[in-house]
Amino acid sequence: MTGFSLGQRYIAAGAGEGTYQVRQVPGNALGAYLDGGKIEVFCNAQDAAGDTMNDGEIVIHGSCGDAAGYAMRGGALFIEKDAGYRCGIHMKEYEDKAPKIVIGGRCGSFLGEYQAGGIILVLGIGSEDRCPVGNFCGTGMHGGRIFLRTSHLPPDLPDQVAARQASQEEKEQIRPLVEEFCGHFGGEPEALLQSGYYLLTPNSQNPYRQLYVHN
Amino acid sequence: MEWIYPEFEVIRDRDRCIACRVCERQCANEVHRYDPETKKMTADESKCVSCHRCVALCPTRALKIVKSGHTFRENANWSRQSMEEIYRQAGSGGVLLSSMGNPKEYPVYWDKLLLNASQVTNPPIDPLREPMETKTFLGKKPTRVRRDEQGRIVPGLPPQLELSTPILFSAMSYGSISYNAHQSLAQAASELGIFYNTGEGGLHRDFYQYGANTIVQVASGRFGVHKDYLNAGAAIEIKMGQGAKPGIGGHLPGAKITGDVSRTRMIPAGTDAISPAPHHDIYSIEDLRQLVYSLKEATNYQKPVIVKIAAVHNVAAIASGIARSGADVIAIDGFRGGTGAAPTRIRDNVGIPIELALAAVDQRLREEGIRNEVSLLVGGSIRSSADLLKAILLGADGAYIGTAALLALGCHLCRSCHSGRCNWGIATQRPDLVKRLNPEVGAKRLVNLVTAWTHELKEMMGGMGINSIEAARGNRLMLRGVGLTDAELRVLGVKHAGE
Repeated sequence: MTGFSLGQRYIAAGAGEGTYQVRQVPGNALGAYLDGGKIEVFCNAQDAAGDTMNDGEIVIHGSCGDAAGYAMRGGALFIEKDAGYRCGIHMKEYEDKAPKIVIGGRCGSFLGEYQAGGIILVLGIGSEDRCPVGNFCGTGMHGGRIFLRTSHLPPDLPDQVAARQASQEEKEQIRPLVEEFCGHFGGEPEALLQSGYYLLTPNSQNPYRQLYVHN
Repeated sequence: MEWIYPEFEVIRDRDRCIACRVCERQCANEVHRYDPETKKMTADESKCVSCHRCVALCPTRALKIVKSGHTFRENANWSRQSMEEIYRQAGSGGVLLSSMGNPKEYPVYWDKLLLNASQVTNPPIDPLREPMETKTFLGKKPTRVRRDEQGRIVPGLPPQLELSTPILFSAMSYGSISYNAHQSLAQAASELGIFYNTGEGGLHRDFYQYGANTIVQVASGRFGVHKDYLNAGAAIEIKMGQGAKPGIGGHLPGAKITGDVSRTRMIPAGTDAISPAPHHDIYSIEDLRQLVYSLKEATNYQKPVIVKIAAVHNVAAIASGIARSGADVIAIDGFRGGTGAAPTRIRDNVGIPIELALAAVDQRLREEGIRNEVSLLVGGSIRSSADLLKAILLGADGAYIGTAALLALGCHLCRSCHSGRCNWGIATQRPDLVKRLNPEVGAKRLVNLVTAWTHELKEMMGGMGINSIEAARGNRLMLRGVGLTDAELRVLGVKHAGE
């Protein structure tokens, strides 16, 4: 499907199939609850793209606003350039259903907050000299993985998050995502994969358990 | 210093006890124990939560649980509870965690409101003889009738929920309560022509068949939310807040995320299910409107959308915003609402009574001329048909009952849901405990309760000379306050008894 209006909201909300090509900046909640449809946006997108999406694919040739991929359950979200605040909060994962977000550029604060599953990959292309994510990255994280292509770790990582240099083996896990990213937007996968990556994982599945006492 | 004297005493009548060990088998808290040497039952009271499972099943009525007479030195300021909470926190450094509704002695306004009845003029109606309408529709009501050129009415009524009686079962997630409890609620709602609410834990595949009587909830953690789920129910509820814990999210401990709960929520077993305090895609009424409409888009505008909030200080202004967000129904949860787990301090100190919140919201929406834009549901806590009728007279379209429904299923309000060891098979995921609740029996008891309340509702309405919920709704002249201050009466919009 094509021919969407400038700023049209809820494009392909809940769509189980079909391909959608968006050539003017779409409104909020693009592909909310997406359930298998494929959306390609040939410009920037606004807030809440892929909100609670379950399956399918969203490809954004540009940047996107806040809260992209909120509570994603499955499918993939590719963003060529930057993502706003609150990206990928509370992504989930269950057995073979593992959502993926790939961000080519930088990303705002609160990336992957409360992450419960899935993979977030921030490539930080063009921002190699600084940390590609904002503040409070991974706060409350209790599942899933965040890969950051950088040598600058966020300075304020919370206690719930363990960070380490990704091993060669771990980098191989993101090879398909990097290849897919380059397939959509161009670029050389090998060159991107040669860089160093930090891998962020949760320290515990139960980060808040110690806080309570039965009364 | 760690030792806290048990709150309860297990009194066992030695003459009656036959050491059959039923109490031992029934107690998941492991209070009772058989001593083979003395051939007698013994008890460790420190583990007792006073759930009465052993008392109810003791074949010789040999058991009773009483409050321990042991006291600290009397102190009107430092109660036993306050002191023991200090000891618990000093020992652990933890946040106090409690269950069920606020047990503190705040005023219950339902008990300070009295119903009217007809005498001499405007005779009462006999519900045994004359039809009484309890059927209720929830949803937006059009402000005017539209007709085409031929004068025919143009249909276009926004989606409505049809209830045989203005009662719904509150949101209680699969995870916080058991499979059998959910099945009981679903079956009863289906039989009664009312609705139950999935809570935020998703909907088990087995219960999709009850979809016509199901409200599916979307909360900040978005557990189990996907297109099939949204379309499975008769309505969708966005949970912004809960009366027992306004302003904070939910937290189901990993220990309760087992097998089917894990599958239904779509998170791995053993992982804590954390619902953030806010929806991170909703920071304004405009954002809320966006979620309301994205849900309507995903379900073809076929389902009413309910927005549930906790009763808090500015509830009237908040409700006004929600009424303009496109929501079809606003559900307000008072500060006595129940929960499977909430920090004690939040449960006991945050929010306001539902009676005042309801009166304020209904009044505000009327003043702004938007009362017809939304239906109003209330909960937290409606304990009887009298509370229900008083709520309707204050302006509610219907009421959610949670704790009352659980009591019908066998809950004894021991307020230990967060332990996961519910001896009545309700707030637990342990298979040996879950099977104690027979869903057929549970459903039957819920049907009995709601049927009985509906009869009482009709009788009380008939007594006032009112024969439909429609005519009772917002009819505050049928209420009088007793022992209330001018400020309370003003907020409630009722006169004092005798006036």
